Amino acid sequence: MSVRRFVITHEPLSVESVTAAVERDVQARGEGCGGLCAFVGVVRATHKGRRVRYLEYEAFDTLALKIFEQVDAEARAAWPDARVAIHHRVGRLEIGEASVVIVAGSAHRAAAFQASRYAIERVKQIAPVWKHEFFEDGDAWVEGATADPADDRARQEAMARACA
Amino acid sequence: MRVKVRVFARLRELAGRDAWDCDVPAGASVADVWRQVARDDDRLTPFEPVVSFALNSSFASRNTPVQEGDEIAVLPPVSGG
Repeated sequence: MSVRRFVITHEPLSVESVTAAVERDVQARGEGCGGLCAFVGVVRATHKGRRVRYLEYEAFDTLALKIFEQVDAEARAAWPDARVAIHHRVGRLEIGEASVVIVAGSAHRAAAFQASRYAIERVKQIAPVWKHEFFEDGDAWVEGATADPADDRARQEAMARACA
Repeated sequence: MRVKVRVFARLRELAGRDAWDCDVPAGASVADVWRQVARDDDRLTPFEPVVSFALNSSFASRNTPVQEGDEIAVLPPVSGG
């Protein structure tokens, strides 16, 4: 069974299956697949000095999946050989568990590295996903960027980080 | 006309619900729906400068017109990854 490239799930993430989803798509094109670069976001035990007990993630699924597709399309526009897969977990996550897995594949390594960095920066900027942190002494929603997929300055900032 | 409002994350917790119906005048925009929502529940008002919006599961600007039966989602700043 083939794995979808864009997924929101309550189930634990598998780097291997995300990798396979990209590899299959890149392999079928032009020069074939020469490199895969995986980024795994993991639940950290501390946040600004406070000890984290666990996290809960919430997503607007239908919109988030569209945004993942948009991020892949943006990456493709910048690195025509590259393809990206994005799997994001929701629900309760314990310390050390993967919250997001992004794999970029391309004919050559440079585009794979850059596209994976670009994709995680864009996910953080525009994906409708929210993190709720539970500490030993309270809880807090993390509020990062105001999501605006049409904001070209944010897009350029993600590109600059990807190519740094 | 009647539209559906959806909220997420901290907005959902503050509102105490994740979706409800809202009556707005014909010709209303996304911004008009949000103003109505913030007027009905002033706990949501402080989010005015930082929210973004989706209309029927696509991102939409504040001046986008809405139709009867549309779903307007109000999104607090995101924190995925």
